[in-house]
Amino acid sequence: MTTPTTTVRATAPEPRPQFRDLLAAEWVKLWSLRSIRWTFALSAAALILFTTNGVLADYRNWPSNSPQLRASYPAAGYEDIFVPGAAMVLMLVTGSIGAITVVGEYASGLARTTFTAVPARGSLMAAKALVVAAATFAYGALVAAASFTVAQAVLSGRHINLSIGHPGALRAVLASALLAPVCALIGMSIGAILRHTATTMVTTAALLLLVPEFFDERHHWTAAIAHTMPYLAWQRLWRLDELGFPPGIHYPSTATEAWIALAAWPLVAVPVATLVVRRRDM
Amino acid sequence: MIEVNELTKRYGSTTAVNALTFTVRPGHVTGFLGPNGAGKSTTLRMILGLNRPTSGTATVSGRQFRDHPRGLRHVGALLDATAVHGGRSAYAHLWALARSNRIPRHQVDEVLQEVGLANAARRRIGGYSLGMKQRLGIATALLGDPPVLLFDEPLNGLDPEGVLWVRGLFRRLAAEGRTVLVSSHLMSEMENTADQLIVIGRGELIAAESLTEFAARGTGASVTVRTHEPDALAALVTAHDALVRPDGEGTLNVAGLNAARIGELAFQHGIPLSELTTRSASLEQAFMDLTADHVEYRAGESR
Repeated sequence: MTTPTTTVRATAPEPRPQFRDLLAAEWVKLWSLRSIRWTFALSAAALILFTTNGVLADYRNWPSNSPQLRASYPAAGYEDIFVPGAAMVLMLVTGSIGAITVVGEYASGLARTTFTAVPARGSLMAAKALVVAAATFAYGALVAAASFTVAQAVLSGRHINLSIGHPGALRAVLASALLAPVCALIGMSIGAILRHTATTMVTTAALLLLVPEFFDERHHWTAAIAHTMPYLAWQRLWRLDELGFPPGIHYPSTATEAWIALAAWPLVAVPVATLVVRRRDM
Repeated sequence: MIEVNELTKRYGSTTAVNALTFTVRPGHVTGFLGPNGAGKSTTLRMILGLNRPTSGTATVSGRQFRDHPRGLRHVGALLDATAVHGGRSAYAHLWALARSNRIPRHQVDEVLQEVGLANAARRRIGGYSLGMKQRLGIATALLGDPPVLLFDEPLNGLDPEGVLWVRGLFRRLAAEGRTVLVSSHLMSEMENTADQLIVIGRGELIAAESLTEFAARGTGASVTVRTHEPDALAALVTAHDALVRPDGEGTLNVAGLNAARIGELAFQHGIPLSELTTRSASLEQAFMDLTADHVEYRAGESR
């Protein structure tokens, strides 16, 4: 075979790499998946219905409530801000979404293409984390705000609704909204470390929902661990302070500690996952 | 230009790539050939900075690829056509990659046009055939208009028309002055695709030369001769130091003498010939001979 005459190619000058290009690319990747769009939409609807269902039960039971119970309202109605079952489902959904954003790439081998296009793996992981956090925070905020609004609209029929200005109400809504990005980033980090779909899902679910079951707040040492758990931190911020602590909690955490616990998870998990991804062979 | 220098990769006690040194020059289609498990993919991954070498270096245009914050304008690669997310459309797949490297949107349309996927671009990749995924993989490699292109087994799953198209594309890319490295475990695929070859086996370099030189390594040409007097002819050519092997009724396979000399001898001794054909050793045979000692997995071998 004869060698073709070669022409010298003039490569177009490369634009300076910018972080926002990676944010935009991750944004495109997230929303171009129909499964992710449906997961967000359907689970948001289900979560709002979950809280609605709980508050409708309270509404119906109101006439048969004892006078003491009635007297404890509206503060006693804080549960309807965001029922615990809904919080657990929210954690599972967002943890899974976060995991899928990385595991989906690793399991298929697409990660190699991604890291060939962007050899700066650390920047890429940071961009992914920010996009996942932004999308799930918007989702969490929408679900928490809508749940609060619907629940209080129902309770206003009995004149026992909480206003968002009630001490602790805004904190409960905000904590519920923030639970979404915290769990998504935990899922994302576990996914980046484990890379395997099923293992990641089981580990994420176990860490978020099963582990808190083993640590109560009766003893000092179990409480110390319990206070780091996102679910229990959320509970601490969700419950109104004026109600005091439920029985069995001998070593309660402060609200500040609960906020720190929520923030610490992603602030530790994401850098650890990034370090692993940067060092590991693909 | 790709320069691989003493590149070594060990996984525990297994050596996947052992002190590999070769250069891939621009302006050529270079075939990267070796049996399964020879270390081709590992080498490509090290060139792309996906895997860290245990020792040695791999550079692209004089730089380690991993030092580039963005890669598509430097190297285009097709590593595994099936490594795509089935839930995304081809367009979204390419657009996300283009966006990360600030490549304008019109280049996505152009590469889709180039590989013939323009009409299927909005469909989910999950519904694509392997051939279509190969085309998408090639589109991905072309996206940044890079000077260096790597293709790992790009002909898998392509129909004959697709194979012809890919070969033409590779030649055109090389003619434009780009470096084109194409891996395969089948010599026959390289025969009409590459003009330079790098052959490895068990992670070690076996040959780095032009296709023509490589073909000449084959165990030598032989000549098939058909005659009514095979015994007389056999005795004659054997007397002239040729090796003779009967090859069916009235047919001999002669090695060590060329067709012209055999014809001459037969004429001088009055032996009529009904056929006289030169059989050049195939590239496939040359490849098999050369890699025979370097095959990782062999059928029927007790392990």
